[in-house]
Amino acid sequence: MEYYLQLIINGLVVGSIYSLVALGFVIIFKATKVVNFAQGELVMVGAYVCFALTVQFQLPFLASFLLTLAFSIVLATAVERLILRPLIGEPIISVVMVTIGLSSMLKSFVQMVWGTQIQVFPAILPQEPYMLLGLPIAPVYVAAFGLSALLFGVFSLFFKFSSLGIAMRATAFDQQAAQSMGIGIKSIFALSWCIAAVVSSIGGIILGNINGINAQLGHLGLKVFPAVILGGLDSLLGAALGGLIIGVLENICEGAAKDLLGLGGFKEVASFLILVVILMVKPYGLFGTKEIERV
Amino acid sequence: MSMHKCGLFYTTYAAEDGLFRSRFQKLCLGLFLAVLLAVPQLVDSYAVSILNLILIAVIGAVSLNLLTGMCGQMSLGHGAFVGVGAYGAAILSNAGAPFVAALLGGGAISAMVGMVFGIPSLRLKGIYLAISTLAAQLILEYVFLHASSLTGGANGLPVDPPQILGFAFDTDARIFYLILAVTALCVLAVTNVSRTRHGRAFVAIRDYHQSAENVGVNLFAYKLQAFGLSSFLAGVAGGLWSHYTMYITPEQFSMGLSISYLAMIIIGGMGSVIGSIFGAVFITLLPEMLNLLVSSLGGIAPDLSAVIVPMKEGVFGLMLVLFLIFEPEGLARKWRLTKAYWKLYPFAY
Repeated sequence: MEYYLQLIINGLVVGSIYSLVALGFVIIFKATKVVNFAQGELVMVGAYVCFALTVQFQLPFLASFLLTLAFSIVLATAVERLILRPLIGEPIISVVMVTIGLSSMLKSFVQMVWGTQIQVFPAILPQEPYMLLGLPIAPVYVAAFGLSALLFGVFSLFFKFSSLGIAMRATAFDQQAAQSMGIGIKSIFALSWCIAAVVSSIGGIILGNINGINAQLGHLGLKVFPAVILGGLDSLLGAALGGLIIGVLENICEGAAKDLLGLGGFKEVASFLILVVILMVKPYGLFGTKEIERV
Repeated sequence: MSMHKCGLFYTTYAAEDGLFRSRFQKLCLGLFLAVLLAVPQLVDSYAVSILNLILIAVIGAVSLNLLTGMCGQMSLGHGAFVGVGAYGAAILSNAGAPFVAALLGGGAISAMVGMVFGIPSLRLKGIYLAISTLAAQLILEYVFLHASSLTGGANGLPVDPPQILGFAFDTDARIFYLILAVTALCVLAVTNVSRTRHGRAFVAIRDYHQSAENVGVNLFAYKLQAFGLSSFLAGVAGGLWSHYTMYITPEQFSMGLSISYLAMIIIGGMGSVIGSIFGAVFITLLPEMLNLLVSSLGGIAPDLSAVIVPMKEGVFGLMLVLFLIFEPEGLARKWRLTKAYWKLYPFAY
């Protein structure tokens, strides 16, 4: 029992990172209808930039954290302006492929600058574990979970009450109507990419503190798909819950597969099996908008 | 002999629907094939081995083009379908099946797997389908890696070179002719499919699925056919691949392979058979060109060889992005423009 409890707690921590990355994905999809296959690479670039600033340039962590966020804003603006904007109105496959091309470029950039071996973040939080229900939990896990929850709160409020957030929701709902109400669609697109990149960088930094970083971090971007499909592609709440649920489910499946069947590495594929089932049963997820077609 | 038509004039539908528009086209294709047949005698075996890889990539790209370019069903799992064919053919041939049977058997297994993963296409469209084929890719990769009793797992699976009627295709030059023949058949098959009722149904589904259904195209049946046919050809490509490299491992058929097939049909030009061929040539030659460039720059910038592997991926991504932004219709359009320019040269106005 304790084994499974530990799995659930690990799952919640990993899931909260999935949620963060999924949040970025959903914000982009909601506002611009772009399915971003480079989300994982945004996480990776954020983590590496923060690593370079703290370790290689010896800046204090807080300064490098803020500089990383600034860097992701610059990067996201450039990406949106140079790569995504020319493709507005093109078919889905072109837009998907352009984000895949972007992910290749980002991955190659990281590998060319920092190589492929694992880099270790300096420990920022205390190492001594807290005890919860008799189980040891590292403070960095608590911080990861707390930070994810905090960011979700902030963004929920932002979308609900700030005029910019409302403008973004309006754009997501009907671009033409939003434009005729005086909302600058282009700046909304750029803004959504910036938010997504910032959120992803934060996810990357947390992840770097837990596991260290390597050039495979971008695979995280694929794990986002089960989470967002479960939650619904255009729902923030869905991304939050979907990430957590997928994180927990995949850890339990991994544990159970190892425990009962002796299969290793089942985690990699468990969430995608779940994904196929969801797509068969409920393709628009828990909270997604159903697309209704009428002839 | 009418060498060069400046316009098209048909008196029958059959002529309009024909494979070749003019005798000049037949002549050009004949010359091209003759040159291809002579090539292994003229160049070294490394160049022939690259040609072999290009031809296998051509089958993969043309088959993905059938599914994605013609029928409009985006697949992120094509690399895994190639892998299913590769493992299927390898296992059959290791069990003692003759090469042709193993190749066709691998294709058939791949077709079945492809159709199973094509079933969601009835309900899912666009990005949802792309994500479900992504799941197919990752699930199949897991099977390749963990069904060790069948696939050899991470250690890989050795395969003997192909043999037909006691003749062993055991050198690059010999197997080149085999691969060339199969590739020509596959390209011909896809070209012909596009001229039949089925091909027109695929295009109708791609252009607008609801009006296709309204004029009596059975969406589910035709989508499944597209998945089946495309995976069959992918499986054949895989079978050739496994027999050519004589050793297969799961990481050969990873997500990256699926992406490079998609890149081939995008850079070549979606929906065009000749475009897919151009794309396959381009994407396969790209890393070789980079190798050449880096080794020729070796004297000036010696540290480049350390970053050549990530650089290849970066250049690949850059090419993809540049083509999508500046030439969304791909090399096929460039080819059309070039032909149109020379057609009336020097009297174009």
